Amino acid sequence: MSPTSILAPASTPADSIFGLSIFVLLNVAAIFIVVFALLAYVLVRFRNNGHDDQKEPAQIYGSTQVELAWTVIPVLIVLALFLAAAHVIASVQNPPRSPGALEVTVTGHQFWWEYRYPSLNIVTANELHVPLSDPARPAPTFLTLLSADTDHSFWVPRLAGKTDLIPNHPNQMWIDPHEPGLYLGQCAQYCGTQHAKMLLRVYVQPRDEFERWVHEQQQRSQAGNVSAGQRVFESTACVNCHTVSGTPAKGRFGPDLTHLMSRETIAAGASPNTFQMLRLWIQNPDAIKPGSKMPAMGLNDKDLDAVTAYLETLR
Amino acid sequence: MSANTIAVPELPVSRPFTLRLHEWVTTVDHKRLGILYILFALVFLIVGGIEATIMRLQLVRPHNDLVSPEVFNRMFTMHGTTMIFFVAMPMVFGFANYLVPLMIGARDMAFPRLNAFSFWMSALGGIFLYFSFLGGDGLYGAGSAPDVGWFAYAPLTAKTFSVGHSTDYWTLSLLSSGIGSIGTAINIIATILCMRCPGMTLGKMPLLVWLNLVMAGMVILAVSPLSAAQIMLLIDRYLGAHFFDTQAGGSAVIWMHFFWIFGHPEVYVLVLPAFAFASEIIPVFSRKAIFGYPVMVLATIAIGFIGMSVWAHHMFTIGMSAGANTFFVLSTMAIAVPTGIKIFNWVATMWGGKLRFDAPMLFCVGFLFQFLVAGLTGVTLAVAPLDWQLGNSYYVVAHFHYVIVGGILFCIFGAFYYWFPKTSGKMYNETLARLHFWLFFIGFHLTFDFMHVPGVLGMPRRIYTYEPGRGWDIWNLIVTVGVVFQAAGVLVFVFNLVWSYLRGQAAGNDPWDAWTLEWSTSSPPPMYNYGVIPTVRSRRPLWDLKHPEDPDWRYE
Amino acid sequence: MSTLSVNLPAVNVDWRLPSRGRVGMYCLIAAEAAIFTIFVVAYLFYIGKSAIGPTPKDVLHAPIFYSVCLLSSSLTVHAAVRRLVAGNMAAFARFWLLTILLGGVFLFGTAREWAHLISQDGLTINTNLFGTTYYSLVGLHASHVTIGLLAMITVALFYFGQRLQREHAERLEILSLYWHFVDAVWVVVFLVVYVIGV
Repeated sequence: MSPTSILAPASTPADSIFGLSIFVLLNVAAIFIVVFALLAYVLVRFRNNGHDDQKEPAQIYGSTQVELAWTVIPVLIVLALFLAAAHVIASVQNPPRSPGALEVTVTGHQFWWEYRYPSLNIVTANELHVPLSDPARPAPTFLTLLSADTDHSFWVPRLAGKTDLIPNHPNQMWIDPHEPGLYLGQCAQYCGTQHAKMLLRVYVQPRDEFERWVHEQQQRSQAGNVSAGQRVFESTACVNCHTVSGTPAKGRFGPDLTHLMSRETIAAGASPNTFQMLRLWIQNPDAIKPGSKMPAMGLNDKDLDAVTAYLETLR
Repeated sequence: MSANTIAVPELPVSRPFTLRLHEWVTTVDHKRLGILYILFALVFLIVGGIEATIMRLQLVRPHNDLVSPEVFNRMFTMHGTTMIFFVAMPMVFGFANYLVPLMIGARDMAFPRLNAFSFWMSALGGIFLYFSFLGGDGLYGAGSAPDVGWFAYAPLTAKTFSVGHSTDYWTLSLLSSGIGSIGTAINIIATILCMRCPGMTLGKMPLLVWLNLVMAGMVILAVSPLSAAQIMLLIDRYLGAHFFDTQAGGSAVIWMHFFWIFGHPEVYVLVLPAFAFASEIIPVFSRKAIFGYPVMVLATIAIGFIGMSVWAHHMFTIGMSAGANTFFVLSTMAIAVPTGIKIFNWVATMWGGKLRFDAPMLFCVGFLFQFLVAGLTGVTLAVAPLDWQLGNSYYVVAHFHYVIVGGILFCIFGAFYYWFPKTSGKMYNETLARLHFWLFFIGFHLTFDFMHVPGVLGMPRRIYTYEPGRGWDIWNLIVTVGVVFQAAGVLVFVFNLVWSYLRGQAAGNDPWDAWTLEWSTSSPPPMYNYGVIPTVRSRRPLWDLKHPEDPDWRYE
Repeated sequence: MSTLSVNLPAVNVDWRLPSRGRVGMYCLIAAEAAIFTIFVVAYLFYIGKSAIGPTPKDVLHAPIFYSVCLLSSSLTVHAAVRRLVAGNMAAFARFWLLTILLGGVFLFGTAREWAHLISQDGLTINTNLFGTTYYSLVGLHASHVTIGLLAMITVALFYFGQRLQREHAERLEILSLYWHFVDAVWVVVFLVVYVIGV
């Protein structure tokens, strides 16, 4: 089963859309079958069998009753579909705000996702962690969608329909996943060269696991001996783009790296987070994601190893 | 020699090539301009098809590296821009140019010189757009061809995010062809309203003429907003203005509104002429008058009006209010009614008839099935919450290709075969035409039926590669295979046209035993169309002549 | 080659259709109206949204005199065509040249306003959203005035070259439709920029 199928909803918005799509599909399928059958019948029944009698068939110019009937019936079908759509629009776009709701600000960048949890003081990137929501005691997550540059779109099909991230035009969406697990998606509004590799990973965790993750993310870096790699990191351009909290690195252009090692992937899902791939990413990002905004840092092998080793300590 | 033709001294057969070329380049004759438009469109159809093939080969498997992301992004931008503006529009204008004056008993369009000017502005646009491949870095790496998508959303088109001139090639080439489009639309309306032959009231025009009249009205109201938005974009990029500059308080959303106020009526501009072809071909090959002419006219006008009010169904995901979303669901659903009704009228025309399945009818029958499906997938997308999932995915790509290829292009192929004998005087080869049909039909369905599936499984559009393990691989493979059959079909089609033009049998004036005025002229018609302007009494003047005992004007 | 003759016995039809030039001009006006509508919508949408810089209230002064000139030119062009229809060439020329003069004065007024805005008030097309929408809307209108003036000057040249005839009245009337459109657009622009937007 595809991990990104809209037919396997795991959250209320996706559920509502799925239910509506069944209703729509049934209507549309019925129309299709009727008209298809009519058309097929006409093609067979009135085929000219080459009798070649040169007589033209009876010329019928119209019929008010027939035309009225096939106007009224489609109008009724259209009305039914419209009302069903209006109902779901209202329920998804105007959800009740429950006290257990979590707020996350999502900022789209070329070509990565920034996540801030203002009430929890957490900043992370590319891998979104949200709590599991029990239908009896809902714990939805409300996402505020912003953009730092061009248009993007947040689409994790099993959790909700997509909503765009448009600069100067904040948007809102919500999810309340009722099954734990990893949900996949990707940016769904063309945003430039690496639109294709701006992937989404949403980790839905039971309450205790989620709390543990929050606690880890809230830790600041330990002040202590500055390693060789950390010295390389802090003396080259890395700090212009990246933040490691508790250190002089305060750049906001690229993802926050404070807890880089808590993530399973790098480059917005384009690569697994291993020593080799991380090293390659710093050495030559175009090998993984050509056209991304990460520049090749031009470090020698020794510095490369050191910096990667330093990043590996950022848990 | 009958009263309707005037003896013209035959020109010597072998005139120098340069003289003939000069005649074509300087022509103001609507028939020649029509042919120029259509040939121009055919060339770009092949080019656009090559761009599509490159994309499909890149997407045949996940993590493919046939082309770089930069090249792929230029391919989908150029493919969309080419197919809409330099294939579909010129086809529509070409057929309108050729047929409208003939079908209303006129000798040319209202403004022949404006006609020529409009064609060359469109041609200039196409050439300029393709010059972008060479301008800048040269062909390898696909030069400066635009890569912002055919709808060029802001702020991706701002100087900051689109460095260099690729976006400007998009803007300027479309401004040029936009001027051509508006000129042609003015011409079509003036011709239809002012130059009909005596007796041809608005209620007695062939449906093709009605549909082109409404189409031209939509061009005037829809292309202008696009031109306005493009001027704004140029001012932003070159004079530092802030129309779409989100950093200065400008709005990316307002570009979307302006674009889609053009973009949605545009698809009706493309489909109404396709309906026109079906409305002429289906009656002739069913041997019956069109069923419900007045309602067909009213439905067309309704589509013209309602079509101007549905544009934001392309914007369901941008965060409009629930009220706005609901309104656009309603208007979009509303337009499904007159559009759907037309299908019933065509089927009713065939009902009780004597159906002949020559190539024009084959393609129209294909159109009927496929337009039905396309309309229904459109209805699913009109339901905004479904669009929240399916929008911007391959489901949408499948839907609109189903309309444009399965609907519009099939009708255009039908129209080619139907009027080829009239324009060239030769008959095309029916066997090759059927081979074309079946090859293309198989390829079309392989590609576009199965293309719906990756959309439902979460595959967005405009991605140069995709991840394995999402269940998209097999569907992308099948979709790509279909391209081979479609390409083969188009090659057979082009070969048939050329071969039949050179070696085909003489077709005569009226090979289909049809009923509209163009079939009363010679094939090809003389330069002046009609020696004596005809007078008509009904919608099917030739039926009246062929059936003096039972003329149409008794029943209309 | 043979062709069917389709000269059916003429049913008594008094066959008169509108003039091509007139219909063509109405279509052109419709297209131009659509373009102006988009610029007007952008102007209205961005009212009050400028982040910085001079606001309309700060720097705009309604150009009443120049607007009166432009709108009067609609009356004079109408009078000119009437005189031409009547065959009074000299009177036609007077009114036609007066129209050109009034249009020219209007353009002069726009130029003066812009010079002041740029040099004294520091408002250019890239200053802020107000500057962007103001210059593009008023500029688009001014460009249409310019085109109209060029057309009318061309007609004047024909007149002075003794080539203008009474029979050309219909064509000049169609041209005057364009001029009336340009004036009507100014009414809208004036309301939007100097009344609503301030």
